[in-house]
Amino acid sequence: MIKYIVRRLLYLIPVLLGVSFIIFVLFNLVSGDPTAVLLGKNATARQMAELREQLGLNKPLLDQYFDVVKSAFTFDFGRSWATKQEISQMIIQGAYPSLTLTVPAFVFATILSLIISLVVAFYRGKGIDLFVRFMCIAGVSVSALAYILFFQYFFAYQLGWFEISGFEYGFPDFVPFIALPAIIFVLLSLGPDVRFFRTVILDEIYQDYVRTARAKGLSEVVILLKHVLRNALIPIITYVVIQIPTLILGALLLENFFSIPGLGGITLNALNSSDFPVIKAMAILSSVLYIILSLVTDVLYTFADPRVKLK
Amino acid sequence: MKENSLWKDAFKRLIQDKMALASLVVVVIYSLIAVMAATGLIASDWAKEVGASNLPPSAEHWFGTDIFGRDVLAKVLHGTQIAMSVGLFTSLIAIPIGVILGALAGYFGGWVDDFITWLYTTFSSIPNIMLLISITMILGKGLFAVYIALGATSWVTLCRLIRGEVMKHKEREYVQAAGAIGGGHFRKLFLHILPNVTHIVIINTSLQFQFAIKSEVILSYLGLGVQGEPSWGTMIDDAKLELARGVWWQLVGATAAMFLVVLAFNLLGDALRDSLDPKLKGK
Repeated sequence: MIKYIVRRLLYLIPVLLGVSFIIFVLFNLVSGDPTAVLLGKNATARQMAELREQLGLNKPLLDQYFDVVKSAFTFDFGRSWATKQEISQMIIQGAYPSLTLTVPAFVFATILSLIISLVVAFYRGKGIDLFVRFMCIAGVSVSALAYILFFQYFFAYQLGWFEISGFEYGFPDFVPFIALPAIIFVLLSLGPDVRFFRTVILDEIYQDYVRTARAKGLSEVVILLKHVLRNALIPIITYVVIQIPTLILGALLLENFFSIPGLGGITLNALNSSDFPVIKAMAILSSVLYIILSLVTDVLYTFADPRVKLK
Repeated sequence: MKENSLWKDAFKRLIQDKMALASLVVVVIYSLIAVMAATGLIASDWAKEVGASNLPPSAEHWFGTDIFGRDVLAKVLHGTQIAMSVGLFTSLIAIPIGVILGALAGYFGGWVDDFITWLYTTFSSIPNIMLLISITMILGKGLFAVYIALGATSWVTLCRLIRGEVMKHKEREYVQAAGAIGGGHFRKLFLHILPNVTHIVIINTSLQFQFAIKSEVILSYLGLGVQGEPSWGTMIDDAKLELARGVWWQLVGATAAMFLVVLAFNLLGDALRDSLDPKLKGK
C-alpha cells in the first residue's frame, strides 16, 4: 500500500512537468508580445523593451520554463501584471467567497442526486424513472446561462427574495447573497449527477450477488442500500472527487453573474486585462489539485472495496 | 439466407426507436439550416434593420427584433451555422488525434503506450474550462481559437476509449489470422482492428457535438468566441441587459434553438450506443 502511494506520488512528477510544459508553451511561446497590450497603443519601443525586461520575458526560454515548474511546487506565482498584488494573496482572498458558495452547494447537490438516483433505481422502468431520466436529459440540454439569467431575473429582480448581486463577509451576512447562486448550482448539478449515479447503480443491480441477496429473502431496500450502493461507490467516488478542482474556480459563471468576488471573478478579470500570471496561476493550481485528488481517489478505493489490490 | 451488415442492422434498430428517429431528423434539419446559412441562402441579411427596435414577436418577425431593429429569427439561424460549425470543426480536429493516438497506444503498448497515456493524463489534468480559457486567450478571440481550444480538449476521452477497445481487439483471433497470412502492423491495425472500433467514434461524436455547442455558447458569452456576428452565446449575453426591460424574445429564441439541438444530440448519442453496442442495451 505504502509502496503504491509512493509510486503514484512519483508519477505526479512527469504529469506536473507536462502540465507546466503546456502552460509554458501557451503563455511563453505561442502568445504574442503581451507588453503591447499592457502598455496600450501609444507605447514606444523603449518602454516595451523595459517592461519585457521587468517581467522577465527576456530570460532564456529554459529559465522561463523552470520558473513555471517551480511555481507548480512552491505556489509562488509572482505578482499580477494588472493589480501588482501577490497572486498567492489574491487567491487566498478569493477562495473565501468561492468556497462559501460552492462547498455547501456541492455537498448538497451530491447527496440529493444520490437520493434521487436510489429512488429511481428502486422504481426502475416505471413512470417516475422515465420522468426523471427525461428531465435529466432535458435539463442538461438547456444552457447554464439561461438558467442563471432566468433565476436571477425572476427570483432576485422580480420577486426580490434574494440579493441580485454582491457579497458580504461573515456567516449570516453572506447567506442572502449566495443562496440563489447556490440553488442554481444544485439545479445545474442534478442532471448530470443523477444520470451518472443511476447508470452506475443499475450496472450493479443486475449482478449475480444481487440475485443471491434476493433469494435469501432480503428486502429490496436493504439490497439497494447495503449491497448495491456499497459496490457502486467506486465510480461514484471517482466522479465526485474529480469534480473538486472545478470547485476552486468557483462556479465561474455564477460568480460572474452575481458579482461574487471569488476565484472565478479573479480569473475572468485577468482574462479581460491579459493578466497572464494570474491565468497561469489558476491553471497550475487547479491542475495540481486535480492530480492530487486523483491520487486520493485511488487510495479511497481500498476503503470502499478491499478487493482492490494496489499492485 | 440474406444477411445484413452490422451497420444496416444498427440503422434498423435506430429508426425503430421513435425518439432516436426524431432526434436524427432534428439534427439533419439543423445541419441543412447551417449549410444554407453558410452558403447565404437564408439569414444572410441578419445585419439589416428590418423594423423598429425591440419589437415583440409578431406574424412578420416570429422572434421579434433586437435593439438595432434586426430580425431575431435571422440571428438565431445565423447562430445555428456558428454552433454547427463549432461542432464540426472540433470533431475534425479531435477525431484524427484521438483515434490515431488511441490506436497506437492500444496496439503497440510498451513505451508508446506509456508516452500517450502520459500525454492524455497531462491534458486531462488541466480542468477543461481553464484550458479553454487559456487557449482562446492566447490565440486571440474568435471562432478559430474556439475550434482549436475545443479540439485540443476533447480528443482525450476518445483517445482513452479507443485505446481500451484496441487493446481488447489486438489479441483476438481474427487479428492473429491477419498476422498469419503476412499482414504487417499497419495492415492489422488500420484495416482489421479500426473498422471494428468505429462505433465508438460515432457515439462519441454525437456527444462531442453537444458539448462543443454548449461550450461555444459559454465562450462567446465570456467574449472569447465569435466577434462581430451573432451566435447563441452573444444573444444570451445581450439578453442580460434586456430582461429588466421586459425584452425576453432574444433569450428565449437562442435558448430554444440550442435546447432542441443539444437534446437531439444527447438522445441520439444514447440511441446510437444502444443500437451499435447492443451489449450495453438497458444500462
